[in-house]
Amino acid sequence: MYVAVKGGEQAIDASLEQLARERRGDASVPELSVAQIKQQMRLAVDRVMCEGSLYDPDLAALAIKQARGDLFEAVFLLRAYRTTLPRFGVTLPLDTAAMTTRRRISATYKDIPGGQILGPSFDYSHRLLDFALMDEGAPGLAPERADETRGESAPLPRVTDILGQEGLIEGDGDLDGQAPGDLTREPLRFPASRDLRLQNLARGDEGFLLAMAYSTQRGYGRNHPFAGEIRMGDIAIVIEPEELGFAVEIGDVTVTECQMITQFKGSADKPPQFTRGYGLTFGYCERKAMAMALCDRALRAKELGEDITAPAQDEEFVLAHSDSVEASGFVQHLKLPHYIDFQSELLSVRDMRAKAMARANAKEAADDAA
Amino acid sequence: MSQIALKAGFDDSVHDSQRVFRALLDAMSRPGRIVTPSPPPELPAALHPATAAVCLALLDFETPLWLAGPDIAETRAWLAFHAGCPFVATPEQAAFALVTDVAALPALGDFALGSDEMPERSTTLLLQVGRLVAGQGQRLSGPGIDGTAWLDVDGVTASFWTERAAACALFPRGLDVIFTAGPALAALPRTTQVED
Amino acid sequence: MQSATVPTDSPETAARQRWMAVLARAETAELEAAWAGLADKPAYRLLRKPEVGLVMARGRVGGAGGAFNLGEIAVTRCAAQLADGRTGFGYVGGRDVRKCELAALFDGLLQDGARQSALLASVIAPLVAAQEARKAETQNDAARTKVNFFALERGEDAK
Repeated sequence: MYVAVKGGEQAIDASLEQLARERRGDASVPELSVAQIKQQMRLAVDRVMCEGSLYDPDLAALAIKQARGDLFEAVFLLRAYRTTLPRFGVTLPLDTAAMTTRRRISATYKDIPGGQILGPSFDYSHRLLDFALMDEGAPGLAPERADETRGESAPLPRVTDILGQEGLIEGDGDLDGQAPGDLTREPLRFPASRDLRLQNLARGDEGFLLAMAYSTQRGYGRNHPFAGEIRMGDIAIVIEPEELGFAVEIGDVTVTECQMITQFKGSADKPPQFTRGYGLTFGYCERKAMAMALCDRALRAKELGEDITAPAQDEEFVLAHSDSVEASGFVQHLKLPHYIDFQSELLSVRDMRAKAMARANAKEAADDAA
Repeated sequence: MSQIALKAGFDDSVHDSQRVFRALLDAMSRPGRIVTPSPPPELPAALHPATAAVCLALLDFETPLWLAGPDIAETRAWLAFHAGCPFVATPEQAAFALVTDVAALPALGDFALGSDEMPERSTTLLLQVGRLVAGQGQRLSGPGIDGTAWLDVDGVTASFWTERAAACALFPRGLDVIFTAGPALAALPRTTQVED
Repeated sequence: MQSATVPTDSPETAARQRWMAVLARAETAELEAAWAGLADKPAYRLLRKPEVGLVMARGRVGGAGGAFNLGEIAVTRCAAQLADGRTGFGYVGGRDVRKCELAALFDGLLQDGARQSALLASVIAPLVAAQEARKAETQNDAARTKVNFFALERGEDAK
């Protein structure tokens, strides 16, 4: 129970002023621009868009600036903003096979048709602090493009299609025309269908999903996965407005897709084959896409007839706790005044304690008398 | 684009819609009170100004609409353009039902009445009538009414009132109705008791 | 520029889909410059002022299966009626209302058979060239990071 408490107005105004001052920091240091955040803190922007469930790099950068770099707070700001906008429609499903690919790797086939494209990645760096970056404005920090090669753009077949040709992997499932569920409109109920699970995971907190995914690797619902394919690139957004009567592209978004492949011994109605877990995120969020794919696969345990023994396989455990806005809201609500609640607990503890003392005293008196 | 869609909507869609919503809120919270929301500058021939105003304020891509009445092709195109609402084939699928002529009104039990768990999943009925007069006609009582109020709805039949009473007897399920006539509107939420 | 995944029905529609896609991907400054360079600007009124909203982006389970809701994308739409009665539509990703209005105006102008080919050449073609150059740069960057594996022969296996 919460109690309306008045009287803090001036203190709150002063707190907000102080927040604004601290956000700006030392005035002798140039102010950070939203454009700088968008360009140079792009992975933070991508994470905020992904978990904020709103693709708008300018707004995500603004949220990061406003939140002083607190990405949870930035996600919250973006989620709050999106509730003020009307929804005009839905896109045609993104065709990830048609993306302008900037990175594409497979851990299952070295010679995957179209090749392994590393793109911009920390994976091949030494993870040593680069002190050159402290020397702002120094030349050579953003290397010029060498112009010796022109990219030939070979088609990039999906790894799952390669295995599919041999029938060794499960298909994509039905392409039924039924509209997918939307947990921004309908509360999540259990058991949840895979479309809703994927929507939940796509908005989910990266740290939480990463820990869940890691737990499956450590034996809590082990399914021995391979990263069949990870790709990142730009993809056309297509909508079909009623009034036009035809589909139109409205621009591109960056997405990351991960196909995890897992051996499956087979069940009563399915032959031994590889099964799949799927991850898809707004922006370049590779770790998140991988974790999402592992969680997606773990959550399919029931469908595949596997024993549900681990938290990552328990859909209520995963889906009900994945959202950072919900989680931080409920944890942080403990800061709200609980004065009356606590008063009642205080009375109750005092009362129990008095009774316990009385019992002890009575026992002592009885012992003394004996 | 066909000619019929070429009528402008609200000049300032956000704020104009908010003003209409405010008027509607007054009407809903004071059943029987007649309010006159500001209509858009141009509207389809089949719609009264108050109806057009409510449609632009309330309907969007996420509110399935059931539309009935004579000569509604223009209205349909206008709503598709300005509101972007999907049109549904049966009343029970509708979040909102727009009936531009009482003669086209189906039995009220055909509309969605919500469930005990989710009573808000009922259809909100937007009914165009001939005339609305406060202070006479049906006797209204219930939440939002200090004692009693009267509303005369010209054009609805006796069976409308019987069916409405039957639907609202299922409370919390039921039907909320917005009447429009020319520039005026009045509302009857499901909580209002109506007597002759 | 348009990808192969956009369904279409007639050549006229296909042409319009192409220019709308190009306009949506253009930079605001590019459209502003093209508008400024237009000799005879039409009179127009906005049937629908530029408004910002969202579209729900959908993915497919496994990449090609049933649809699921991925998250929303900010989008701006606008409808402009030109003096000759034609209506141009702007649908552009993001929240740039001016860009959306310009896209709608050019869409309206391009529907005029008398002006279409001149505008395709003077406005759309340069935008396509710029967009293709940006895409080629992206593809080139990616291609340069492609791994060229080479196997080392092991001594004991050598003939």
